[in-house]
Amino acid sequence: MELLTHRSGSGPQIIASCDSEAFTTSIGWFVATGARDEKASLAGVSHFLEHMVFKGTARRTAEQVNRELDHLGAQSNACTSEDATIFYASVLPECQDRAVDLLTDLMRPSLEPDDFETERQVILEEIAMYDDQPPYGAFERAMELFFAGHPLATRVLGTAETVSELTVDDMRQYHAQRYSLDNMFMVASGQINFDGLVEQVEALTQGWSAKPAPRKLIVPGYHYADDVIARDATHQQYIIKIWPGASANDPERYALRLMCSIIADDSGSRLFWELIDTGQAETASLYPQMFDDCGCVVGYLCCAPEDAEKNTDIMMRVIREVSEKGVTERELDLARNKIVASLILSDERPSNRLFAIGESWLSRRHYEPLDVILKRFAAVSVDDIQQVAKRTLSKQPTTVTVVNEE
Amino acid sequence: MNQQLRHRQFANGLVLLGEHMPWLRSAAFTFMLPAGTCYEPTGFDGLAGVTCEMAQRGCGRLDSRAYLEELDYLGIERGSSITTSHVSFSCAMPSAVLPRALELYADLVRRPHLPGKQLEDARQLAFQEMRALEDEPTHRCFSELKRFRFPIPYGRTAQGTREGLAAIRIAHVRDFFQNSYHPSGSILAIAGDFDWDDVCLQVEKLLGDWPDLKSKSMPALVACYGSRHTDHASNQTHLALAYDCVPYESAEYYQARALVGVLSDGMSSRLFTEVREKRGLVYSVFATCFSLAGQGSVLCYAGTTTNRAEETLQVLLETVRSLGDGVTEDELDRLKVRIKSSLVMEQESSAARSNQIASDWYHLGRVPTRTEVCKEIDALTCDSLLKHFHQHAPKNFSLVTVGSQPLELPSGTVDS
Repeated sequence: MELLTHRSGSGPQIIASCDSEAFTTSIGWFVATGARDEKASLAGVSHFLEHMVFKGTARRTAEQVNRELDHLGAQSNACTSEDATIFYASVLPECQDRAVDLLTDLMRPSLEPDDFETERQVILEEIAMYDDQPPYGAFERAMELFFAGHPLATRVLGTAETVSELTVDDMRQYHAQRYSLDNMFMVASGQINFDGLVEQVEALTQGWSAKPAPRKLIVPGYHYADDVIARDATHQQYIIKIWPGASANDPERYALRLMCSIIADDSGSRLFWELIDTGQAETASLYPQMFDDCGCVVGYLCCAPEDAEKNTDIMMRVIREVSEKGVTERELDLARNKIVASLILSDERPSNRLFAIGESWLSRRHYEPLDVILKRFAAVSVDDIQQVAKRTLSKQPTTVTVVNEE
Repeated sequence: MNQQLRHRQFANGLVLLGEHMPWLRSAAFTFMLPAGTCYEPTGFDGLAGVTCEMAQRGCGRLDSRAYLEELDYLGIERGSSITTSHVSFSCAMPSAVLPRALELYADLVRRPHLPGKQLEDARQLAFQEMRALEDEPTHRCFSELKRFRFPIPYGRTAQGTREGLAAIRIAHVRDFFQNSYHPSGSILAIAGDFDWDDVCLQVEKLLGDWPDLKSKSMPALVACYGSRHTDHASNQTHLALAYDCVPYESAEYYQARALVGVLSDGMSSRLFTEVREKRGLVYSVFATCFSLAGQGSVLCYAGTTTNRAEETLQVLLETVRSLGDGVTEDELDRLKVRIKSSLVMEQESSAARSNQIASDWYHLGRVPTRTEVCKEIDALTCDSLLKHFHQHAPKNFSLVTVGSQPLELPSGTVDS
């Protein structure tokens, strides 16, 4: 496996992990833009734009885009988060050129008003669908409270209100600012003709704006709050907690991930033995969310309403014990082995490697190969775990609870 | 790359299947046993799931904690699932630990402790899952469709019922285990980087003397048609629609699968185009083939805000019927490329391949090679699809809606 990178003049950065033995080719455009880059009145525009990208370009109608993707036999999709919008496709190696041509063309969508109105309905259906699925809404509310006043408080889907009020002009302006060559890069993985890729991408993106699109990086203030969402006919109670965490560039991020696994992995963790194995809760999880300038640790508990208080106490006690007394070498070994094996298994597929490279590049403009990452996990000690637990979990978390209205 | 499929049947009925994928660093297995929900005794809905959970609470010389810790220590990614016919244990791992993983799972299927003291914990866990799924309308919609369309014993869902779960005693778990966890009808499928001869020797040692029991015969499946509604306080109405098609084991299965592909595979498929792209009625719409007890069904799903549910159902039905006007060459070409690409992509995952091998063996009693499947796909023509559609026109519809307002199939649709 070989990692190749290229950037010339005002062209986009291209990064490829080349494996001549791979069965497939995965390519993706990673755009460093997401909900955190939106003005409050435009909440949801990044995600809406991700949908509109498939609605046609100067060279293709929406129908042609969909047909061509299917004609490539592509496994393709797109996603939007707080800080990135990603478009990707996995194809057979002989389809590389056609897939690059199509995916690159999509980055300059027509954004026609009629399509915009139809797609608005689809987004409103998506919001309604998630709204019917607790704990959706609680995560978003908890992020709003925890990151109050910070760009990360913006909801990725926006709200029914903001999406209803967005205009095509808003979206065109946003696209012009954020989809600049300086703010997006092409990642490829699998069997890649790298020279061909560079030549083609440079030709296709000739004349595109490369104006810098800086992001507001702000260290968030620490907030904690409690909120309750009452819903009709909820069978379970859902509790979301958010603590301060580590940024995507923080050297402590490896220890943080191991700490979350020791406390709340879905098998063999402390909360697994206390709450899941005993049937007291359906889910008890803890995971880090990392952004460029900061991060958080998200806790999630789902159980019967009558057990919620007792289970929350257990969750908080287990968390307190880790920051006060630390973890054992055995626990660290188990968590490490699980994470290492899952990284090795995941690295087998070019499409997974595409995301590992792309996400690393989004945060650090740099990619560490798997072997280096495994060494970083190997270097974490039990002291590191306790230290990161003290720094993050000893603070009061923001809490949002979904309860039954009746 | 040449495909190396291997097969061995042991005297006790256990089938061992293997596909060597030397380009991978992982190995994966799927172990299917005939212990699904259709074998649950009446009144004990959920027993298959509880037995599966209890079997993972210690076996051989290891108690529950030691067992899970060893799996974690070895880095074995694992899961278990319950279907109508089977319990399945699936594992993926770095290939070097496969021999130990096989030992651990041989203990699980032959020597589980089934500790009576932990039954209550397992039951509570099942209640937890049931309540969480009841909060999830899409899942609820498919559960209700299964219950409605496929009468007992085939319509039971993996999560069981409140009454069924409450009635389970440890003796029921032990009986169910004794009667269902046996080699005849069990399939162990392995894919990835491993040595077939070594695995054969090891499996013979571990499971070759596993005593057999006679398989139970099951009643014929008689499907149920019409409309049913479940009230759920939600913004959207969730529609699950089913109609007859040929089953997986039919010689014409690929014709039926291709027609569903025209409806639902990819962003240029008819359902995506008509229901979402042109009308913006939904975020999610799809169709899939489903086979149960020798009967095939096409299952369709759409979720839409309640005031647009009737229109969505109408467009869904019209789109299904539009297959009767024929399939274009372009549609068929796209479908063929997609299916062939996915066959190539399957070679990148030992876990996906072991699941497919096990499922093929269960339905067909053999595992078609990629070359065979490609030949079947190449043989599809627009004429053959149209002919198949008219010979097996959609009929025997069942509709389930979950939401705040009921919806009925238009008159004449049920058995049209």
